[in-house]
Amino acid sequence: MTCVEARGLRKVFKTTPALDGIDLRIEEGRILGLIGPNGAGKTTALNAILGLTPFEGELRVLGQDPWAAREQLMREVSFIADVAVLPRWIRVSDLLDYMGGVHPRFDRAKAEGFLAKTTIKRESKVRHLSKGMVAQLHLAMVMAIDARLLVLDEPTLGLDILYRKQFYDSLLNDYFDGTRTIIITTHQVDEIEDVLTDLIFIDRGRIVLECSMEQFEGRYLEVMVNPEELPAARALKPIHERPVFGRSVLLYKGVSRDELAPLGETRRPSIADVFVAVMGQQNPEARQ
Amino acid sequence: MSAQPETANKHVRPFYWSVRRELWENRSLYLAPLIVAGVIVIGFMFSAIGLAERRQAVLLLNDPLKTRTAIEMPYSMAAMMIMFTTFIVAVFYCLDALHGERRERSILFWKSLPVSDFTTVLSKAVVAFVVIPAITFAVVIITDLMIFLISSIVLLVHGMSPATTLIHTHYFLNIVLFLYGIVVLTLWHVPTYAWMLLVSGWARRAAFLWALLPWIAIMFFERITFGTYYFYSFIKYRFGSPAMTAFNFPDPKHPCLDSLSQLTLGRYLTAPGVWIGLAVGVAFLGIAIRMRRYRGPM
Repeated sequence: MTCVEARGLRKVFKTTPALDGIDLRIEEGRILGLIGPNGAGKTTALNAILGLTPFEGELRVLGQDPWAAREQLMREVSFIADVAVLPRWIRVSDLLDYMGGVHPRFDRAKAEGFLAKTTIKRESKVRHLSKGMVAQLHLAMVMAIDARLLVLDEPTLGLDILYRKQFYDSLLNDYFDGTRTIIITTHQVDEIEDVLTDLIFIDRGRIVLECSMEQFEGRYLEVMVNPEELPAARALKPIHERPVFGRSVLLYKGVSRDELAPLGETRRPSIADVFVAVMGQQNPEARQ
Repeated sequence: MSAQPETANKHVRPFYWSVRRELWENRSLYLAPLIVAGVIVIGFMFSAIGLAERRQAVLLLNDPLKTRTAIEMPYSMAAMMIMFTTFIVAVFYCLDALHGERRERSILFWKSLPVSDFTTVLSKAVVAFVVIPAITFAVVIITDLMIFLISSIVLLVHGMSPATTLIHTHYFLNIVLFLYGIVVLTLWHVPTYAWMLLVSGWARRAAFLWALLPWIAIMFFERITFGTYYFYSFIKYRFGSPAMTAFNFPDPKHPCLDSLSQLTLGRYLTAPGVWIGLAVGVAFLGIAIRMRRYRGPM
């Protein structure tokens, strides 16, 4: 079952295209990382998926047009924008009442269970909670919704390492069950590296890389090369090269491990490294 | 499609909870009139020290209208002050209703829930058109009752009959008249508050100025360009005239209500201004609903 399907998705702000004709297909049960530099169109793409912004082209989320049927869609889609969107004046107990009162798929007992693992008090107002606690509260609310699609837009922005780690741990252990779909955008790529099943790089409104993590691992390989091997290594056309402590780390696309192994120590590159390399290819003038 | 589990909540009431939500966020809606009522009651307690002598003097007046006005004075003062308070509260509420959620970014949270823009805007309109008038009515009635009780006790202590209050005033009739007045006034001002809701959803900042300035600008423009006052008279009509069509005052110089026969509901309801106003108000709300679809955090 397809969760999100887009064809020729476009969104233009005044004259600048934020989304420049995107084709996209996200199957159910995947955890997709949407990675891109600032202003690449990530948030615009998510806003279109969530029915928060009108768009050109074709877009179906769980079979519905999100702009035309936001209210309907939100029964099955949850969304965490960033940690600051819970209303500051609301009391935790009131928030539980409200969610139970408006959301047909909200399980209050579940939310109470998640909250019991935190130090958040029922009678506290959001404005008196720390940033990390607000994130925990929002996550508890969202995890108690039996949604088919969860969208996270920079969900851990401004949180310290402990909370960030906890955030993704609970998401994976207590929420993801293999049938739900999760879309995440973040600049902290290393944190979600092991969480993802699929990856999309987006730059200037276009998709520049789209693959599953298995494909990613099969496609990209990194080699730590000694200086004497460097000419041979360069002959194999690496897509990126960076110096590390007197040696060079070269990144290859579509070159087999057997070919690279004699040159030095091979390993799976991090998403961040591939991201830098791919973005460098995209706009070479920007990185000399 | 995989079989979906049973939904956890079968009975959701988005509209009801949206209105409750408004009251959580805007506690001043009921706190402000209650505080003013408290101040009035305490003030009346102090002034009640000399109540017995004043009542005796008032009862000696041989003009029943003057007697009545004097006895009713604290009651109508309380009503006016509370109404003025809720009017101010309502203005600030409406100008912030669709602005605050964008300012504090919580609109992203509200929009992540299955609550439509229609339900959201309507719940805010219902707070302005139903909840605030109801609070006003309830607080005024309670305050008047407190004043009546306090004055009765003081009069009893001084060996006078509290019944003098009831004999010389129309205590229960006044409650009905007051209720009628609030309903009439609220209906009349539907477009005013709907306009403020609309501006609160549209303006990026200074919603108060945006709500007010266009009208003033048009007035000045008309005055300078054409030398006429039509727009000014229209604004004056919009803010001044419901009382004239909803009540019948035999002597317009001394507007005074004695009986239910003075309530001219028929004339009020057949006044085109009421219905045109309502239609304009509904249109404003329609635009506000439509606009919220496009609105995000600022």
